[in-house]
Amino acid sequence: MSDKITFTIDGVEIEAEKGQTILKAAENAGIYIPRLCAFEGLEAHGSCRVCTVLVNGRPQAACTQPVAPGIVVENETPKVLNVRKRIIEMLFVEGNHFCMFCEKSGNCELQAMAYRYGITAPTLPYFFPKRDLDMSHPDIFIDRNRCILCGRCVRASKDLDGKNVFQFVGRGIDKRVAVNAEARLEDTDISLTDKAVDVCPVGALLKKRVGYKVPVGQRLYDHKPIGSEIESRE
Amino acid sequence: MKDNLQEAVKEITSANGNDSCRMIDIVREVQSRFGCVSDEAIDLIAKEVGTARVEVESTVSFYAFLSKTPKGKIIIRLCNDIIDRMNGFDVIAEALQKALGIDFGETTEDGLISLEETPCIGMCDQAPAAIINNEVVTMLSTDKVKDIVSVLKSTADPKKLVKRLGDGNNANALVKSMVQNNIRRKDAVIFSQNNGIESVALEKALAMSSVEVINEVKTARLRGRGGAGFPAGLKWEFTRGAEGTDKYVICNADEGEPGTFKDRVLLTELPNRIFEGMTVAGYAIGAANGILYLRGEYAYLYDYLMSIIRSRREQGLLGKDVLGKKGFNFDIRIQMGAGAYVCGEETSLISSCEGLRGDPKNRPPFPAQKGYLGNPTSVNNVETFAAVLSVIDKGAGWFAEMGSKGSTGTKLLSISGDCQSPGVYEFPFGITINQLLKEVGAEDAQALQIGGPSGQMIGKDDFKRTICYDDLATGGSVMIFGPQRNLLEIVDYFMEFFIEESCGYCTPCRVGNVILKKYLNKIMQGKGEPEDLTILREIGEAVKLGSRCGLGQTSPNPILTTLEKFRQVYDGLVKENAEGFRSDFDIQASLAVSKNIAGRESAIFT
Repeated sequence: MSDKITFTIDGVEIEAEKGQTILKAAENAGIYIPRLCAFEGLEAHGSCRVCTVLVNGRPQAACTQPVAPGIVVENETPKVLNVRKRIIEMLFVEGNHFCMFCEKSGNCELQAMAYRYGITAPTLPYFFPKRDLDMSHPDIFIDRNRCILCGRCVRASKDLDGKNVFQFVGRGIDKRVAVNAEARLEDTDISLTDKAVDVCPVGALLKKRVGYKVPVGQRLYDHKPIGSEIESRE
Repeated sequence: MKDNLQEAVKEITSANGNDSCRMIDIVREVQSRFGCVSDEAIDLIAKEVGTARVEVESTVSFYAFLSKTPKGKIIIRLCNDIIDRMNGFDVIAEALQKALGIDFGETTEDGLISLEETPCIGMCDQAPAAIINNEVVTMLSTDKVKDIVSVLKSTADPKKLVKRLGDGNNANALVKSMVQNNIRRKDAVIFSQNNGIESVALEKALAMSSVEVINEVKTARLRGRGGAGFPAGLKWEFTRGAEGTDKYVICNADEGEPGTFKDRVLLTELPNRIFEGMTVAGYAIGAANGILYLRGEYAYLYDYLMSIIRSRREQGLLGKDVLGKKGFNFDIRIQMGAGAYVCGEETSLISSCEGLRGDPKNRPPFPAQKGYLGNPTSVNNVETFAAVLSVIDKGAGWFAEMGSKGSTGTKLLSISGDCQSPGVYEFPFGITINQLLKEVGAEDAQALQIGGPSGQMIGKDDFKRTICYDDLATGGSVMIFGPQRNLLEIVDYFMEFFIEESCGYCTPCRVGNVILKKYLNKIMQGKGEPEDLTILREIGEAVKLGSRCGLGQTSPNPILTTLEKFRQVYDGLVKENAEGFRSDFDIQASLAVSKNIAGRESAIFT
């Protein structure tokens, strides 16, 4: 017996390796399932939920759900797309996202995902929360207005950098990313070369003095939608 | 007591083996001695147990009973659940504020008393109620409030509040509480037994092979009593078959679903049965360790439960070679919770046992494969353990004859709200709502909330239906609402509860519930449009479908089930918006900040 199994995504039969997640198997087959908390090289988090798919009719996060022989996965059916769009909208309205002057614009995964799914402006009520900035560190800053609580920085610092710079505190809608110091990023052992600094999908954790460096027109998502790099794979 | 923080932390952490897995015990103790877990304390704890300070802060910030800022020596936590609201929460709240001279969230100037609200404390049959440090006060009235505050002010000792003791073991020297059991109906499975001291079931179980024990539970078709109804025998079989030599049995006594309190009564009256059931489970799955996860609200039972564990050890019912069975070692520890509803979800509960914030874990792997500290773990409800003993004692056949086809045996129901006799009822599965209402004295009920906020609200059309897993499933909570109640106010409260209790890990539950409440409130204010009902349903479905654990997967239920069953209530409140303006937009509220900065009224929008 080989370790290969087959199953379908939106009717297309694909081959996968046993133990793979649905997200990974789809990716290998050139099918994009959107994700914000998942990141190559980091353990799956299962928190953003934009990768929600239906597996034999049951909702599952594609980033954590392993493949199984013969499962029927719905990825781009109307029901799934509706849920996804709503989740993307939720991420916009719970924070303060001003794409027009954000230095991450054009390279932002959340923004790119909204465009991919045809969301030009959220229809849900904005929360306008009061959130803080941490500019204490000479080279790195945190803007919590833009944080989507994906936990990439938390995991990267721990698992890739061998540090513990970030962790979640609080719960519910008041949950936020805290740093390993009484208050300031400056008082942690973070360094500019840490992997954690490079994984933020939005503009919440950024390096100073590099904003707007890439001109409009040459940014990551200026010409192709997010996910096209996976869809062009063969 | 002027403890030196540094020395105290050292003493507390070392008493817990400097083990970060015991973090909840450590921070609970620091909280209780110093009135908070301050930044300084967090640093010290992190250093002692060898973890990052932000990890300690993460845990502390998660639980409602822990605080980074100083609280009073005495904390009054007034229960704000819907039943308490129906029984005069507002009046009691006002009386407390007046008597103490402070608002909720504040502490008296002398640092003696803090006043807080807390969700359901498991006393709905004797509401309004409050927890004062670890003491429970029930059936509150304005007179009682005056008395309570004066005793606290003069003695600074909540223990002095205890006057007339409750019934049964509530009067036990180690419990000494004023709580009442209110056991209203007994049936064959749970309350027919004595409290299990003779240990017939355990002896019987140990005479069987562990596979035979599991088969017996499977044959009885015993399903989990927490509400989800997963077959208990199957769960044990999976855990038994999972790879790993170190296995765990966990008893979920985090009875947090608003409106349920039957586990509190079981823990009070039949603790031996519960511990014995856990021991049988340990034997069946090959576990040497059990954990009773006791919600923080039931801390008043801790000493008593510990004494039962100790006495079982002395009798050879726990420990090495249980009842002389060579090679079967099993012991139990109690893990205290610290105020978090989500910890009733089994993977959150495991996180909490590990000393972490109570975030649920990703599944798979399931706890049966990788649970507590990565080991195979079976998490079962308090009542499930109590029912297991009857299965072993009297046989699977006897058990399976009771109840209905898919739901064998009996169920403990916690009945509260608008009825004559609130309390704990043991009924065979399959009883109709009409029968139930007759027995509890609530034949004029307008609506029932079955299974707590995460369950469903039903109206008269459904009173012919039956309580069982295949029809109206419940972990035990049944709240009754009379004709005078405003159903949307109830729904609104339930949504507020879920917003408070969401762990915030996944987007749909963290954000979606807040959005649902915003739309609900818009409708309740008469500003809703018919389209808002469609949005409510759509967002509700997205939260149900997208959420990671049972909390978010059920949190839209109050809205979705009332939209289905009581549509006319919503329809009567929404109206077409002919102008097309946003009806909930309030220009003055939106201008408030600017007006404040400018120091004048708007010249245009007056």
